[in-house]
Amino acid sequence: MTDVNQPPLLSIAHINKRFPGVRALNDVSLTFHAGEVHALLGENGAGKSTLIKVLTGIYAKDSGDLLLDCRKVHIKNSQDAQNSGIRTVYQEINLIPTMTVAENLTLLDQPRRFGMIRWRSAQSQAREMLARVGLDIDPNSLLVSHSIAVQQMVAIARALGSKARLLILDEPTASLDSDEIARLFGLMRQLKAQGMAIIFVTHFLDQVYAISDTISVLRNGSHVGTFKTSALTQTELVGHMLGKDLDMLQHEQRDITEAEEKPVVLSLSQVGKTNMLKPVDLKLRRGEIVGLAGLLGSGRTELCELAYGAARSDQGSKTWLGQSLPINTPKQAIVQGMAYCPEDRKHRGIIAELSVRENLILALQSTRGWWSRIPMAEQQAVVSEFIERLSIKTSDMEKPIGELSGGNQQKVILARWLVTNPTLLILDEPTRGIDVGAHHDILNIIRELCEEGMSLLVASSEVEEIVAFAHRVVVLRDREKVSEIVGTQISQKSIIQAIAQ
Amino acid sequence: MRLKRSMRWEARTLAPIISLFLLIVGTALVVPGFLKLSIVDGHIYGSLIDILHRSTPTALIALGMAVVIGTKGIDLSVGAIIAICGAVTAVLTASTELHPLIVLGCALLAGMVCGLWNGTLVAVFGIQPIVATLILMVAGRGIAQMITGGQIVTFHSDFINGIGNGFFLGLPARVVLAAVIIAITVLVLRKTALGMFLEAVGGNSEASRLVGIDSKLLILMVYVFSGFCAALAGVIIAADIRGADANNAGLWLELDAILAVVIAGASLSGGRIYLGLTIVGALIIQTLTTAILTSGLPAQYNLIVKASIILLVLLLQSKVTQDFIKARVQSFRRASDA
Amino acid sequence: MLNERYLPVIATLLVFILLYGYGMVEYKGFRDTLVFTNLLTDNAFLIVTAVGMSFVIISGGIDLSVGSMIAFVGVLLAYLITGLGIHPVYAAIIALCTATFFGMVMGVIIAYFEIQPFIVTLAGLFLFRGLAYMINLNSVPIDHELLVTLSEIYVPLPGRGGLTFIAMAMLALLAIGVVVAKRTRFGLNVYAVGGDAQSAALMGVPVKSTLVRIYALSGLYSGAAGVIFAIYTGSAYPLAAVGVELDAIAAVVIGGTLLTGGVGFVFGAFLGALIQGIIQTLIIFDGSLNSWWTKVAIGALLLMFILMQKAIVHFTRRYSGKDPAPTDQHAMKEQPAMQKVETT
Repeated sequence: MTDVNQPPLLSIAHINKRFPGVRALNDVSLTFHAGEVHALLGENGAGKSTLIKVLTGIYAKDSGDLLLDCRKVHIKNSQDAQNSGIRTVYQEINLIPTMTVAENLTLLDQPRRFGMIRWRSAQSQAREMLARVGLDIDPNSLLVSHSIAVQQMVAIARALGSKARLLILDEPTASLDSDEIARLFGLMRQLKAQGMAIIFVTHFLDQVYAISDTISVLRNGSHVGTFKTSALTQTELVGHMLGKDLDMLQHEQRDITEAEEKPVVLSLSQVGKTNMLKPVDLKLRRGEIVGLAGLLGSGRTELCELAYGAARSDQGSKTWLGQSLPINTPKQAIVQGMAYCPEDRKHRGIIAELSVRENLILALQSTRGWWSRIPMAEQQAVVSEFIERLSIKTSDMEKPIGELSGGNQQKVILARWLVTNPTLLILDEPTRGIDVGAHHDILNIIRELCEEGMSLLVASSEVEEIVAFAHRVVVLRDREKVSEIVGTQISQKSIIQAIAQ
Repeated sequence: MRLKRSMRWEARTLAPIISLFLLIVGTALVVPGFLKLSIVDGHIYGSLIDILHRSTPTALIALGMAVVIGTKGIDLSVGAIIAICGAVTAVLTASTELHPLIVLGCALLAGMVCGLWNGTLVAVFGIQPIVATLILMVAGRGIAQMITGGQIVTFHSDFINGIGNGFFLGLPARVVLAAVIIAITVLVLRKTALGMFLEAVGGNSEASRLVGIDSKLLILMVYVFSGFCAALAGVIIAADIRGADANNAGLWLELDAILAVVIAGASLSGGRIYLGLTIVGALIIQTLTTAILTSGLPAQYNLIVKASIILLVLLLQSKVTQDFIKARVQSFRRASDA
Repeated sequence: MLNERYLPVIATLLVFILLYGYGMVEYKGFRDTLVFTNLLTDNAFLIVTAVGMSFVIISGGIDLSVGSMIAFVGVLLAYLITGLGIHPVYAAIIALCTATFFGMVMGVIIAYFEIQPFIVTLAGLFLFRGLAYMINLNSVPIDHELLVTLSEIYVPLPGRGGLTFIAMAMLALLAIGVVVAKRTRFGLNVYAVGGDAQSAALMGVPVKSTLVRIYALSGLYSGAAGVIFAIYTGSAYPLAAVGVELDAIAAVVIGGTLLTGGVGFVFGAFLGALIQGIIQTLIIFDGSLNSWWTKVAIGALLLMFILMQKAIVHFTRRYSGKDPAPTDQHAMKEQPAMQKVETT
């Protein structure tokens, strides 16, 4: 499909972008051709979204060049990107829900006479734009009255506008069902045939193989490689994304075996939630670590949420220590002895304005109720004990937690739950976005806790990590449990193969 | 709650206290006898006592407001609640033989019912606090007029009037009363975990939910408390003028209270409750008013000064300004390193 | 053409018709056109204020300074005309420019310093009232033959009613407001900012400059309301129009505009203000009820409309893509938060 000899529509050369403490893009060079669907893949933090934001002018790059038709262009804001023909459609639909379809489509570009908008011709303009994406809906209907898929198509119609040349689709399929996805792909093929260059960001591998011509993989801000889709197996692809060379991986010797005889702490039977997670069975034994593996968006976080009751499941039942219990709210979960460190530390974990001490003591205090405040001396004793035990680096326990580094914040959140001495600890990506030292510390803590008899459910995108501590690994894919790997069967290779299947 | 941190005398915490101090010193230089205290009949008199006396209603309302704002809320209806509770006090005293303590109880209860109404709209119906409390702000004075029958009801009761103008241990009784309420609030928030829970809910409601804090109940309680504080202020104001004026009692006091909280350095986006500094803020507002009046400046400067202070504090607090200052400081440091 | 966003304004129209119908059935005097034209004249300044407020509230903000602005403009007019002897037309132009400028300054602070509109306009409320006091402490008459001429303008209608100059000025300003909201790019941008400021920014809407213009417009409209109020009362008083900001907000909300922004009609504010006027008129006609019922009734209407809108929003949310799944959408939240009154 792609004519290699044809000069690229857009090429990016040696792009670098740093954020304080993070190298988000490291010397990335890529080329995009007209009439090509180019899939951009990578795990969380790989640099996909940063790259897109650089292309669309939301972020300024630190160095490197953007070449459009082999000429250098400077994209400093979204207006520049628009003018260069680069259009973006995000997963979260960036349209105005309270306005009509026509108003959304023509916003900022309404046909006018004497400064007055001519709604009649605006509507016909909107109809034309809708026709281009094959939508037949009333332009005067409110945007929110349509399904997400239609809203997505409207967003694409708006993005195409009059002179779009490169269309960036940032996880457009995340909330679509299979019919809607088929419809979207039909549109993508049609646009491709018209000579549009499409960058397709997704984490659904099936879709990558269904639609893309070329695949580029990013990892930790670096470009791992660009491949012809037809010449890359799924297993190789997952290996690239996770940074593992499958041939080099052996079934390494593991000293961790199954903990079969121990009593079951939590058992989920067909627990699921519509549009969130397909029903899952899961058993957690005392002193056992169950790893949750899978790519971004596979349902790892969702499973943690449902197990803890942070989200209310609408099917299945839970059994806690042999008793059937409705665990549907965090409060109920905590009372039973569960604890949960969410993945999104900033929005769901820390309370930035409160001090390290307050953040650390919060869960314990919450179990005791507001009336019986933990005496300050006891608080300080507990807090200093955990600061030492987890080697949390802070100058002062009264420092607002927002001022700590990511790794230390994570340790405080971990400590928050450890002081409640939970029976089951659920950790979602406990090592994400933290430095190497803290990473190592947290893995050690996980192992120690398990030896002390605590059960842990740990979701991680780092296969290596899971292999290092899990007794059992549940592999998820497309919001569904696809396999369970036990004991000595667990290896990086087996997990990756299960993910890529 | 934040005592520990405020004891470390950060610039942020020092600013209101120093401002109050400078304001008093400045006024004392311009107005002779400003600092003078005299004792007549065992009661202390003087401009400073007068400031305490006059700032009592604002301080009480600001106390409730500080807690509400700490949970990311706001209570616009406190002025209306003052009018309602003043009306309840006046009507019950003037037209019934109820014991003054029962009258007081009824007035406080009325305020708490108003708070419960606000809290229900915010916590149960999930309506934005500004919108939810706006309803009572609009309707409240009408309700107060319904209670008083549209008249300015005057009354006499030694006990209630004592709350407004009496003395206790040489100090104005209302100041003592307010001080007790403030002290109890500080104690309850500091000696239980309530303060921490409230700040947690205001700072990050999702994280609070995940550690099992029941934010709905807390938010409901906060508005009831604000209603209670407003009710007490309403009784004091009614007792002071020995009557209830449904139209003007507590007019604009909600704005003064919000101003006091802002001066204390709390962000309107929640997460911080500075009770002591809020009281300092209320004192600053009253000292300014008194200073302007006693120094012979026209009273109309008062509003302009208030407006300028709000703007100044807001601009200094704004993230844009702080980022700008930070960037400046860093580039200055880099330059001096080089 | 009819969709759910017209529901609130239809409800408003219904309330208006019911109240007016009730008045016509109960009181003979109510059936005369005079009642209606008096409503227009007596509420002209409130309606004009509410039209400006509509833009602010549709954008998701609030403007508390309008009442003080009305008083300030009145006092300024009196000073310019009576004190300095400037012709009323020039005085009005100067006053309107001043009001627009002050509105713009508030808009700049709101947009570029990202401070909540509530507190910025609260400072405005204090400031303009204080400035009004600075110019004049007392109520002063505004004497000029032009004002006499203007107040004599009267276009008779069938019945005893007729349109006064200020009623016509109000209708003109209302018409301009409706056209600006629905037929200009600026108007549509206001809806976009109020509907979803982040999306609007990503779609290319110049959010900040739109905000500045919105508050400038509100300043202009409340300034115009001040001029109308001065003509209406023939005098200026720094304590005039206390609490009008609340009446204007109530008018806008009762007119079917969502206080969280994005949804609403300028024409609804007109209806909302008229409903408040009718309630007052009905109470006067009744004679036995007191004026405080107005406030209670308006409060009840406010509650009704807020709960109704909550229900509508709740209903439409179910279809909306804005209901975030708990995973990996946080990258979006990282973008600088645009002005938005916190929604719980």
